[in-house]
Order: sequence, then C-alpha cells, then structure tokens
Amino acid sequence: MKPAPFEYHAPATVEQALELLATHGYDAKILAGGQSLIPTMNFRLAQPAILIDMNNIPALRYIEPTPAGGVRIGAMTRYQTAERSPLIAERAPLVAEALPHIAHPQIRTRGTMGGAIAHADPAAELPAVCVALGARFKLRRGTQERWIAAEDFFVGLFTTLLEPDELLLEIELPPLPARSAWAFTEVARRHGDYALVGVAAGITLDDAGNCADVRLSFLSVGDRAVLAHNAIAALKGHPPTAETIAHAAAIAAADDIAPNADIHASVDYRRHLAKTLAQRALTQAAERASAG
Amino acid sequence: MTAKYVGQPVKRNEDPRLLTGQALFVDDVHLPDMLHAAFLRSDYAHARILSIDTTAAKEMPGVVAVYTAEDLGDFWQPSPMIVQPPPTLEDIVFNPRPQIPLAKDMVRHIGDPVAVVIAESRYIAEDAAEQIWVDYEPLEVVTDIEKALEPDSPLVYEDLGTNLASHVRQEKGNYAAAAKKADLIIKRRMVIDRGAAAAMENRGIVVDWDAKTQHMTMWNTTQAPIPIRNGLAATLGLSEHQVRVIAPFVGGGFGPKIMLLQPEEVLLPWAAMRLCRPIKWIEDRRENFLGTTQERGQIHAVEAAFSKDGKILGLKDIFLHDTGAYNPYGLTIPLNTQTHSMGVYDVPNFYTEFKVVFTNKMIVTPVRGAGRPQGIFLVERMMDLAAKELGIDPVEIRRRNLIPADAFPVHHSIIGQDFIEAIYDSGNFQPLVEKARLLIGYDKFVTEEQPKLRAAGKHIGIGLAPFVESTGVGPYEGARITVESSGKVNLVTGVGTQGQSHFTSFAQIAAEQLGVAVQDVEVTTGDTDQFHWGTGTFASRGAVVAGNAIFAAAKRVRAKILAKASEVLDAPEEELELKDGAIRIADIPEKSISLGELAMLANPLRGAVEPGTEPGLEATEYFGPKYGTTASGVAAMIVEVDPDTMLIDIKKFVIAHDCGTVINPMVVDGQIHGGVSMGIGHSFYEQLIYDENGQLLNASFMDYLVPRSTDMPPSIEIAHQETKSPLNPMGSKGVGEAGAIPIPAVLAQALENALNIDGLELLEMPLSPGRLFELAQAAKNRD
Ligand SMILES: Cc1cc2nc3c(=O)[nH]c(=O)nc-3n(C[C@H](O)[C@H](O)[C@H](O)COP(=O)(O)OP(=O)(O)OC[C@H]3O[C@@H](n4cnc5c(N)ncnc54)[C@H](O)[C@@H]3O)c2cc1C
Repeated sequence: MKPAPFEYHAPATVEQALELLATHGYDAKILAGGQSLIPTMNFRLAQPAILIDMNNIPALRYIEPTPAGGVRIGAMTRYQTAERSPLIAERAPLVAEALPHIAHPQIRTRGTMGGAIAHADPAAELPAVCVALGARFKLRRGTQERWIAAEDFFVGLFTTLLEPDELLLEIELPPLPARSAWAFTEVARRHGDYALVGVAAGITLDDAGNCADVRLSFLSVGDRAVLAHNAIAALKGHPPTAETIAHAAAIAAADDIAPNADIHASVDYRRHLAKTLAQRALTQAAERASAG
Repeated sequence: MTAKYVGQPVKRNEDPRLLTGQALFVDDVHLPDMLHAAFLRSDYAHARILSIDTTAAKEMPGVVAVYTAEDLGDFWQPSPMIVQPPPTLEDIVFNPRPQIPLAKDMVRHIGDPVAVVIAESRYIAEDAAEQIWVDYEPLEVVTDIEKALEPDSPLVYEDLGTNLASHVRQEKGNYAAAAKKADLIIKRRMVIDRGAAAAMENRGIVVDWDAKTQHMTMWNTTQAPIPIRNGLAATLGLSEHQVRVIAPFVGGGFGPKIMLLQPEEVLLPWAAMRLCRPIKWIEDRRENFLGTTQERGQIHAVEAAFSKDGKILGLKDIFLHDTGAYNPYGLTIPLNTQTHSMGVYDVPNFYTEFKVVFTNKMIVTPVRGAGRPQGIFLVERMMDLAAKELGIDPVEIRRRNLIPADAFPVHHSIIGQDFIEAIYDSGNFQPLVEKARLLIGYDKFVTEEQPKLRAAGKHIGIGLAPFVESTGVGPYEGARITVESSGKVNLVTGVGTQGQSHFTSFAQIAAEQLGVAVQDVEVTTGDTDQFHWGTGTFASRGAVVAGNAIFAAAKRVRAKILAKASEVLDAPEEELELKDGAIRIADIPEKSISLGELAMLANPLRGAVEPGTEPGLEATEYFGPKYGTTASGVAAMIVEVDPDTMLIDIKKFVIAHDCGTVINPMVVDGQIHGGVSMGIGHSFYEQLIYDENGQLLNASFMDYLVPRSTDMPPSIEIAHQETKSPLNPMGSKGVGEAGAIPIPAVLAQALENALNIDGLELLEMPLSPGRLFELAQAAKNRD
C-alpha cells in the first residue's frame, strides 16, 4: 500500500496551480485534504504522475457572507472549520447538520469542502446537501471562470463537469427563504461510515401552511447526488401532513432514485431506507418550519 | 504471611512501556543495510501459471532480487502440516494439503503468493512487484462449500479428484434410538460465514543472517516462536541453536499468527542467507486481508430431539466446513465445533459428522473462538426453537438441561482437538445462569419492562446464552525463574505475548511464591534464546499451561530459598518468612537476609560447596495437563432494533464467567471485553465477502467493518465464579476466547425476541441490517 512514484508540486497561489494544471493537465491530480486521493493512490488505483498540493494556498480557505444573505466557502476550507463556523450554523444549518456525519473528526480536520465536491462520491454528504440547497460552484481554468449549479455539476460516478485543467475555487450557498427549515438524516453501518442512504430535506411554508417549496435530495442511491423531482412535485402546494409526506417519500423511493446493490445493501433495502429516511427528514423539516 | 497477589487486580507491568512508546514491535527493528520485501500475490482465485517474467522488475534501480518458485530450486518444499488429524480418530478421510512457499504451476486463492521482490525500500519493492508479468490461464472457481461437493464442481486439486479434504463421524450414545422416543424433533439449516482476525498489528518479519557468526535472528509477530525456530532450522539445514526467533510485543494474535512456516517465514530467511543482508517485511492491511488466514465458514444440518417437558434427548449435526485452498491446520476447528455443540447441557446422545471442503478461498485456521462459537450457536438456537415450540421460557428450558454440578468430570466420547476424548473437567452451571439472569434483570424485563416498551412501539428484546470453552490444552509449557543478585526475579517462558498481560499475570504467580513485589518480577516471553521448550500461545492456554509451569518453578525456587536461608540464618525453614524481597525469622525481624544477598551466597565465586549443589536460586519446571480445562460462562443482552432501518443498539450486556482461579480479575475482564467486541463484530459487522470468482470484495477497513466503541454496549458487567480445575495445581482455566463464543447465539436470540415477527428465525451469522431486512421481509411474506 505504497503509492507509485509521482512528482510533487506545492504552489502558493491559485495562479501557479492553474499554470501547473495547464502544463500537465491529464497527468496531474490536485491534492486537497487527501482523504480520498491518498487512499486511492496507496491502493494504486490512481497513479497520477504529478501531484499539485493545494494546501499552501491560504487564499482558498475562507467562509464569508454574501451580500444576498448566503455563504461563500473557499474550496480548501476544512470540514472542521465549516463545522465550527457560526456563519454556517446560522445561514446554512443543513450543512452544519450534515457535517458531523462525514467520516470521523480526524478525517474532518484534513478533508476539504472543495475536495468533497470535486471528488463527487455518490455516497458523500456534501454533494447531496449542495444539490438540496441549490448551491453553485465557481470553477476556473487559466483565466476563465465559470459558475455551475450543483445539480448540473455532478454527472456520474466520481464524475463532474470539471475539466482536467480546471480548478474548483468556491462553493456558494444561496440565502434561505423565509419560513423554510431543513433536516438531514442518514443510515450508516457504523457511525462515520459512508451512508447506506442519506437524505437532505427542506420545506418552505406559505402563509396557509402549505409547502411553498420542497427540496429533497439523496445520497448513496445511484451514481450521483439525486434531487427527487417527482417527490418534490407531489408535496409542493400541499400541507406537510403525515399522509402527504408518506406519499412523497414513497414516490421518491419508487421513481426518483435508481439505487444499486453492493455488499452492504440490496436495492430493495436501499429503497426501503430511502422511503423511511425521506419520511423522517421531511417530517422533521416540516416540524421545524412550522415551529420556526 | 506472604503477600497475596493471585486474585488481585494488579496494574499491568507492561503498561508504562506500551503507553510511552517504549515497547518493541517488529516494525521497530531497524538494522543497518536492511532490505525490504514485497510479495506479488495472485489476482485470480484459481489459475494455471503459464509463465512469469521478472526481467523488467529485476532491472529496476534499487531492486536486489526477485524470486519465483522456480528460483527456489530444491528449497521449494511444502511446509510440514502444523496439526495432523488425531491418530485416535477412526475411519476418517483426511487429505493433507499443506502450504507452499510460492505458487508453482497453480494459484488456488486470491492472495496466493507468486513472487517476492527484495529491494532497497518497500516503495521500490512494490513498484517492482507491479512490473512482474504473470501469464495466467484462469480456471473455473469454486467458492461455495455445498457446490464444491457436487460431482461436476471445479476441483481445487485435480489430482485428488474431489474437493473433500476430510470426513469425520463421531457419536456419543445413540441418537437414532433417542429420536424415536422424542416428543419433538426440530431440524434446521444454519450457516456461519467467514470473518477476519483483524489484529491491530498485521504480520511482520525482520530476519538477519550473520554470516560471520553463522547465526540467524528473526523478529516475528508469531504466537509460536519456538516451533518456528525448530522448523526454520530444519528447513534451512541449520542447527536449532543457530536460529533465534524473537516474538517481541505483538499487537494482537487471535489465531492466524499461530500459523507457522508460512510462505513469508520460509522465504525471507532463505533470501537473507543468500543476500547476506537483513530483510524486513511488514504486511500491510490489504495484504492481511488477502494473505492471512481466516475463520468460520460452516453449513450445518442440525436436528434435535426433545421430550415435551423440554429435556433434550439427543442432538444430530451434519456439517460442512470450509478450509479454503489448503488445510495445514488439520481438523482443529471442526473438532472444536463437535466438542462444543453440547454446550453446558446434558446431551446423552449426539451424532456429529463433518466434511471439510477445499475451496478457492483463503486458508481457514483458528480465529478466536476456533469452531466453538459455531457449536454453541447451533445448540443454543435449538434450545430457543424448542422453548418456543413447547411454550417453555427460554431460561427455564436451559435450566432443565444443565449438566448438574455433581456430574463432573463429564465424558463425551467425542475426540477433540487435543487428540483425546472431550471431557469437561469441572463446572457449576446452575449458579452461573442465575448470576447472569439477575445481572441482566431477566424476570423484571420480561414481565414488566418489555410489555410496556412494546406497547410504546419499541422493538426491544432479551437473550441469554450459556457456553463452554475448552481451554488450557497441552502438550506442555515450561518456565525458568531466577533470583538475581539485585534481588529482582527473572522469569522466562517460551510462549509469546500478543496483549494477554503475561508480564503481569505471570509475575503475580511468581511474586506471591517468592515474596517480592509484582513489579520486581521481570518477565520475558517469546525469545528462543531465553527459553527453547514449548509450543505457543493458543487455545486460551497461556495462564493455565505456562502459568502452572511458572507456579511449579516458583515453588521450587521458594524451596531453594528456604533451604539456603535456613542454613545462612541458622533457623528451621518453618520459622522463615518470605516478604518484601527478604527472608526473615518470623519473630525476630532484625534477623533477616535480602533475596539478593542470598542469591549471591548461592552462587559463590570461591570456596567449596557440597557436591551436587546447583548454583543460584533458580529452577526450571514444566507443566503438561492430562487434558484441557473447560471454562464456562453465561452471556445475556438486551438489544433494541429500529424495525425500519434494522440498525441495532445493544442496551445492556452482562456475562457471568468461570475460569477457575482468577489470577488477575482486571486482566480477565479485559480478555472478556476484547472477546465480546470481537464476537459483536463477527455477529453483526464483520463478514468477508467473496464473489463467485473468489474475489474478496471487502479487503479494507473501509468495507470490512470492525465494530467501534460506538457499536459496543455502554458497559459490560462481569461476574466471576471460581470453580477450580482439578487438572492443575493452581486450579485455573483459560479465558482468551470466552467473550467471542456466546455472542452469535445470544445476539440472534435477543434480536429475534426484539423483532418479534412471526416465523422469523435467525439461523445464520453474521447478520447485518440489510440481511435482517431481507429475513424480516421474507418472514412477513410467508404469512
Ligand atoms: C475513513 C474515511 C471515511 C470517510 N467517510 C466519508 C463519509 O462518510 N462521507 C464523505 O462524504 N466522505 C467521507 N470520506 C472522504 C472524505 O470526506 C474526503 O475528505 C473527501 O471526499 C475528499 O476531500 P479531500 O479534501 O480529502 O480531497 P482529496 O482526497 O485531496 O481529493 C479528492 C479528489 O478531488 C480532487 N480535488 C480536490 N480538490 C479539488 C479542487 N479544488 N479542484 C479540483 N479538483 C479537486 C482531487 O484531485 C481528487 O481527485 C471518508 C474518508 C475516509 C478516509
């Protein structure tokens, strides 16, 4: 379990990193927290010729308010920093609720918010949370910047719209609507394991107590983080009662997801968990929304 | 009176070193000029090797040597079988297929070693291993033990013409006759899959051949340093005294490290002698999953006959046992299953038959429990099924069947792993059951708490399962105890240590006899230059077999001390007292001599002694029991299940345990804690999953789930009972595997009780949330 030989660079600025990427492109890999990349290298499943270590770029470590009321998070911000951020707790409680489910404290001190997004593990919490929140990502290649919505960014198993010579720089979380509330829940074999299924839910109530908006996303139920369009449509406009929520959860489990079987869970068990957890998360979000 | 240490929770002598990083583990050995080894292991579970090309690997800078089976020439020999089948077993089939150093024409499981690279660093060695080109012809794979015995199955050994490794039948009484008289016959199929030992420290070796002194030193994570020394000497054509094997601190053994003359163990010394440079090999975690032996893997067809008042009249068990691709460890595991299938019960008639089956999977050898959990699982599950059928409370049906206290020794007329009839030497099961029942609060839970919790929609259940553990088996161990001129005591024994607190428990035994502080007894284990008679650490035998050798040696040293002191102090021995490192006359405390001074007097530099006098205050003693001791216990738990997610939460866990004389209760508790966590792992988290191609799908700690602290019950309450063994002077029994043995049985029982679904029977291990979901769905759909 030793990695194959590689060349190592540790640029001090984003520009230097981009230059290295422009030169080496396909042969290079960005090293963020290393909590996914290093194990894959040690198993020799990844054998990048060049490693570009981003840990010496302080400019990518920040959590700041946006004027609109949202939050911007620099790609190299550690999970642990985000977990302890009062700004995230206030403006993105869903993120705060999901973060402790990611791995263990040791891993969260190294792993980065940007790394999780770029890695695009379908079983990761952060992509599903970003999809639920309608986050967008800032990417840069050379001098060209572009913004991509979370839902469009993840295109398959460990696959995103990032080009080989492109960097993810920032995660932007939009402001939360009034009378909205959120909940996150997951089932993992042991605490800190990748979830068998996880759910992020958000409900915005209108004055009549109906769901003005619903957000529902899943992790670990397919090749990427999934936004449950059918379930959302089914619940939108209705009051969040036990029945409407159960109905929406059943739709999500049946129509919105295409889970795979693996050694830990069959397709049936995953669908069952998806329904159970969607029901629990939506119920909790609804309770919080009406209380709040 | 001499201070009493046996039975006291003395703090561990080894802890300061371990906790401050001062303990030597194999990987801490760094020698000048040391090379590093990496093994190329098969990616195929079954394939013919057509050719191996090592040219590219050999040409890489930093690579010193690459060896394949062909390069070994005459040195390529199958290792000797570690355990032969008991010669006392009659009419058996046994086809020995020992391990081999490197695969020659055929690989038979994923991880079968094919080549070894020796290089200046492990990095280079791994890079080079990737550059070895092996041309394989993949063959059909057999992983399923039932299919392996079908006539058209692919064969692991074509020359055998069958995958049958062994076939053994044994009977106590007459089951068929007993079944005729039964009111109730229950038949079930039970399946127990594989798990790993998953020791914290993987295997490792550092070997140094000194050509100038013609001496070899090997540091090895083994549980059996002495047999390895002797085996290596024989294999390498050296005298036993030219080889020193040191098992330093080892981070967990759990069975696989008892394996000996494994490929790595034979090849690296051979290579070190050729290259005249020390070599280090430290197994990494992935390699441990692919290259270290595993256990469990049995399918049982069990039948039990009961009378209507719940008395078991007989038991019949026919099972298949997976041995993987080789069977170097003989029949130890299936024999243990046979001898533990009657548990704590008076089973007058027992028919037991097994077939051992070769498959294209990793070799199966004992892992903590070593066949015992399987036996306990089947008999305990039968008790539960009978209780349900007959409408008897599960604890009550057990009570009715316990072996009574006056029945010992109990002869089972079934040959066990130590080649002789299984005999329970002693025990007292009734009070053990009562202790566990009280500790778990059985009656209150069943009559008051559970109905309330169920009414509130909770799925919470209880289980209680007794078990036995055959421990302290022979043949023998020895110990040498020396009082040094400093007054400190040196204690040496041949067994190795993998975390069992030997440095404390052994010291307590000696300190009590010699009247010194426990801290003043320095214990050395697992160094063949210090002691070279013995077999090793396995089958919960260290405290019993080495412990009693130490007890005997300490008594003899004590006698020598008294004799010498009597002479020096001019007083009869009866008046002497050994205390605080000195010998004194009881009534005249001033008239005393320190142990150190006495040791010096016993080893004079000039002058004459009586002819026949032995120097020093030293003795060497051996102990070999007539047969193994039987420890016992009763585990009970309360578990809650979330019926939607099938996640479990063990709310309460208790165990009443009897290992005879408890040397150090804190140490015994620690052994039980570890065993329980391993048992929980092997019952609900840990499962080695092979696909139909024989690929291990979870060869990492990411996917192979060892339970964490958060998966353990909030506490483990332990009650000790001390039924002394008549088989050894100390009256002790072993405890190393105890915790792991009852967990499958007690968890299945408690989960069934918690879920309370009609027709749901948990007859397999390990379980998982996903599997519970499937089984529950199936039971519901059957209704
Ligand atoms: C034991 C263990 C348990 C874990 N459990 C979980 C879990 O439960 N949930 C979970 O979500 N994760 C889990 N993880 C993974 C962890 O969260 C990782 O840290 C995360 O997925 C990747 O973040 P990183 O900063 O470590 O990225 P790295 O490992 O450094 O990189 C990951 C990938 O992203 C690329 N990359 C990183 N940053 C950028 C960037 N700015 N621009 C472009 N590409 C980039 C890298 O090139 C690489 O391909 C676990 C990890 C371990 C070791």
